Amino acid sequence: MNALIVENIHKSYGNHKVLHGVSLSAQRGEVISIIGSSGSGKSTFLRCINFLEQPDSGRVSLDSLTVDIPEGQSGRPDRQALKGLRTRLAMVFQHFNLWAHMTVLENVSMVPVHALKVSKEEARTRAIAYLQKVGLDARFHNSYPAHLSGGQQQRVAIARALAVEPEVMLFDEPTSALDPELVGEVLKIMQELAQEGRTMIVVTHEMGFARHASSQVVFLHGGKIEEQGKPEELFDNPQSERLRQFLAMDLK
Amino acid sequence: MIDLFQTYWQSFLWSDGQQWSGVAVTLMLLIVSTLGGFALSIPLALGRVSSSRALSAVIWLYTYTFRTTPLYVQLLIIYSGLYSLEFIQNTAVLNNFFRDAYCCTLLAFVLNECAYMTEILVGSIRASSRGEVEAGKAFGLSSTVLNLKVILPSALRRALPAYSNEVIFMLHGTTLAFTATVPDILKVARDVNAETYATFTTYGLASLLYLLISFGIIAAFHRSEKRWLKHLRPRKAEAVSTTVPLIKKGSYV
Repeated sequence: MNALIVENIHKSYGNHKVLHGVSLSAQRGEVISIIGSSGSGKSTFLRCINFLEQPDSGRVSLDSLTVDIPEGQSGRPDRQALKGLRTRLAMVFQHFNLWAHMTVLENVSMVPVHALKVSKEEARTRAIAYLQKVGLDARFHNSYPAHLSGGQQQRVAIARALAVEPEVMLFDEPTSALDPELVGEVLKIMQELAQEGRTMIVVTHEMGFARHASSQVVFLHGGKIEEQGKPEELFDNPQSERLRQFLAMDLK
Repeated sequence: MIDLFQTYWQSFLWSDGQQWSGVAVTLMLLIVSTLGGFALSIPLALGRVSSSRALSAVIWLYTYTFRTTPLYVQLLIIYSGLYSLEFIQNTAVLNNFFRDAYCCTLLAFVLNECAYMTEILVGSIRASSRGEVEAGKAFGLSSTVLNLKVILPSALRRALPAYSNEVIFMLHGTTLAFTATVPDILKVARDVNAETYATFTTYGLASLLYLLISFGIIAAFHRSEKRWLKHLRPRKAEAVSTTVPLIKKGSYV
């Protein structure tokens, strides 16, 4: 059964068209990696899924909930529907985007308390459990984000996303801002999440993750899906010249 | 100076025998104008950064007017100028309000302080981290929650050092109250000077009192910065020890 269906996303900045009708559907428990060179529109596409970037037209459905912007109408999406969509998705950002004035525990319990109307105690218990899951114990609960390493901050951000118990998790290049030696700790957690059967859409430059942890890989080029399929098909038998070039670049 | 203080200390500190005076009045003026100005500045700052251009323009006009004209002139207009208008004299509520020196002084001070505090907060809100706001939106926080829990708490914290300057400026501003017959520290000093002709000593004493109040303000802000800006301070040695030691002593190969 499809959990998330994204249809025909078009996006341009002024005259520059970034996405030419990109569609994607994720079944429950699927992990989709979106790869492509910079400028291919992969981050923009991910950000269009929760309307952080407003697409010019397109439709996003999560089960029976649909948010859409019909073609030719540059209107804003319905507010209630959009809020509903956003509370059921969770995003992990390249630059973590933790709330700097809140402690780790406050960061993770914030959304459950203030957007999902979970009680404070319940949110706290949840936060502690998810922080434990990403490997941050009680010593870190009252630390501020700026006092943690990049890897720890990104793990807090993952715990924050988990705490809303989302139906789909969106990852926007979650390891690109990390020092090389910290990438591993974050990737390891993402791999565990993938194995648990969580639905994830991951924009990434980590070809190892795309190949080994995902069930589907999408290669974007110039704002279009150039190729998509199972990781072994794409990596071992790329059909398009562009994907071959891209993978060859990565090997260097 | 000590003799003078022994004679007039009560007037300088809280009462000239008939009414409140001196430090008590100065502190009251300062507290009401800064707290009043602060409270009003929050909705005004949010309005100023809102997407409504008309609202933003009206608020800008207000802050611009009050920040570009001298406080003394504002006080004159509110205390003497407005009262000379007929419709104010003919409206009972307004008549009573504008006849009262304290009401006029406080109104002028609150409006002036609020204009500065609004612009300080606006600047601080505009310096909000885009990523933090974006994270709030991505998780479906309503704009109220986003403002109250993410944007304002962090903007107010960032504005704290600027507020401490602003409050001290306001303390200096309160010395204009004597022109509207309000018996603040400076008014008492002037009266004492008229009685004793000990000019250097009376104004010296007044300066000392202002200096002590300023010290109090600085100390209070220092404490609040310590408390509210914890997340910006470099970690102290004791906090470092809470991180996991990656390599145990003696484990080098």
